[in-house]
Amino acid sequence: MTSMSERDRFDHAVLADFVADEAALLDAGRYDEWLALYTDDAHYWVPLMGAAQADPHTHQSLAYEDRLLLQLRIERMKHPRAHSLRPRSRCQHVLQPARVDVIDREAGTASTRTPFLYLETRGELQLTLSGVCRHRLVHTDAGWRIREKRVDLLDAERALPAIQLFI
Amino acid sequence: MTPDAIRALVENDRVHRDAYLSDEVFELEQRHFAARTWQFVGHASQVPAAGDYVAMDIAGRPLMMVRQADGSVRVLHNRCAHKGTQLVTDASGNAGRFFRCPYHAWTYKLDGAPLALPLKAGYENTGLAHCASGRGLEAVRHVAVYRDFVFARLADDGPDFDAYFGDVLHAIDNMVDRSPQGRLTVAGGVLRNIIHCNWKMYLENINDTVHPVSTHESASQAAQTLWQGRAPEEPKPMAMEQILPFASSYDFFDRMGGRVYPNGHSVLGIHFSIHSGYAQLPEYEQALRDAHGAERARQILERSPQNAVLYPSLAVKGSPQAIRVIRPLAADRTLIEAWSFRAEGAPDLLFERTQSYNRLVFSPMSVVAHDDVHLFESIQRGLRGGTNEWVSLHRGFDASELDRGTAETNGTNEWLMRNQFRAWAEHLAAAMEAAS
Repeated sequence: MTSMSERDRFDHAVLADFVADEAALLDAGRYDEWLALYTDDAHYWVPLMGAAQADPHTHQSLAYEDRLLLQLRIERMKHPRAHSLRPRSRCQHVLQPARVDVIDREAGTASTRTPFLYLETRGELQLTLSGVCRHRLVHTDAGWRIREKRVDLLDAERALPAIQLFI
Repeated sequence: MTPDAIRALVENDRVHRDAYLSDEVFELEQRHFAARTWQFVGHASQVPAAGDYVAMDIAGRPLMMVRQADGSVRVLHNRCAHKGTQLVTDASGNAGRFFRCPYHAWTYKLDGAPLALPLKAGYENTGLAHCASGRGLEAVRHVAVYRDFVFARLADDGPDFDAYFGDVLHAIDNMVDRSPQGRLTVAGGVLRNIIHCNWKMYLENINDTVHPVSTHESASQAAQTLWQGRAPEEPKPMAMEQILPFASSYDFFDRMGGRVYPNGHSVLGIHFSIHSGYAQLPEYEQALRDAHGAERARQILERSPQNAVLYPSLAVKGSPQAIRVIRPLAADRTLIEAWSFRAEGAPDLLFERTQSYNRLVFSPMSVVAHDDVHLFESIQRGLRGGTNEWVSLHRGFDASELDRGTAETNGTNEWLMRNQFRAWAEHLAAAMEAAS
């Protein structure tokens, strides 16, 4: 049984479903459930250099957020005077199926890469972003959890309008 | 529009909405105002080696800042003298020993002087050598480098550099001297934002101490909610240290004080600011005393202004070592860049603070900026309505301020904004008169 469930948990389709479910929670605006998918030491990272960036410290990022800052973002969105959310923004992640880069059965970890299109609409406006999401996942008693979600945009360095939601 | 019509847009205590909305006013600004005033071009650390260049657009003119073989920095128009091709189209790079136009291979020395062109015989007995097209790349004649900050005045007519900025240049000293070596380096890339509002509105808001209470209520209350119940002595994570002061009261912002200078410049937070409470670093402070002497080190460290505005293109935060660069694109479109500096010889923590602050407050994903940007864009639309054609800048107005040059005031006085618009009307009208 153990070996069977282990094969299941590392199954590529299981990992791809997990990544797709994470994006679906964002698209549905279910942020508390979304944040519950992240480990306590997790980071959400949108490097300014996109895929070319080595680390979040020597170069700038559009976002580099630990759990506290992710919570801050979510708390703010619940606030009745989050002015920029009137009208409320909506988003749609259009994902290619996640490809599994690395599996470490012993450590219980996996890494995936997921090319995406991201659409964010607000009133009459629409913003389109594209790139590759890279998830570093760790398996816990509660199932797969995200240790890092890295969003490598194609054009993070271009002059951008406000991005209201999570890519 | 006539120069007098421009002057009529700025009254003692209010501004006409056309200053923000009119395409005609914007065209005049780009042509005249932007050329007469001193614009921030870039920082010498961006071009360390001979032949290094960075390209940028200022007031619709493509320019490049180039390190010369003799170590000086020049600003050239990025336009081939022949047909107008841009010599460089990358944002930065190294030209080698000369620029070569990709279209017909005309070449230029790093200072813009003509070097060679193909089929030279075809130009014999023509007027090329005697016209502007034969003189090479046009160099901006009025360039000043102040502690590695490069500024340019594009028009021949206008105030000279020292007269234009005067004592507000101390805001640059305040930032540069935070390096024990007295040297800053641009690092970590630039956050770039496109905002659909007039550039003057953005500059005004840099001096607006009354908006954080209401504009940033959602972000600051969320931060307070997450941090509530912690002991006051518990060290805050850097992001909390930077974001919680946005919840400060009207009284706090009023008491921080401000100073206006001629030509629209200002320093807000002359007594203290939201940046004053960052954790102290004893070893670094000792290094500053060793480098600059105890008195100068004390001056630098006790003074962390909220914002200094070097009108109209640069806003400086001495601590953290960050600048914002304001580039007007259209009456209703502005590019805002947030740059980070490394203070050479200072601990990495300072650079971490700079990047963290810029990311939290000036990134396109910033939860603080989201509400600012939303409101600027809302003003740009809302101003079109109604029969009241004026924007109020009455708070704290006193007619005696009209005769003052450099002066101090309370932090919530809209004098700092009135001071910008007075300089705007004065320089725009004067430049239009000089051109006619």
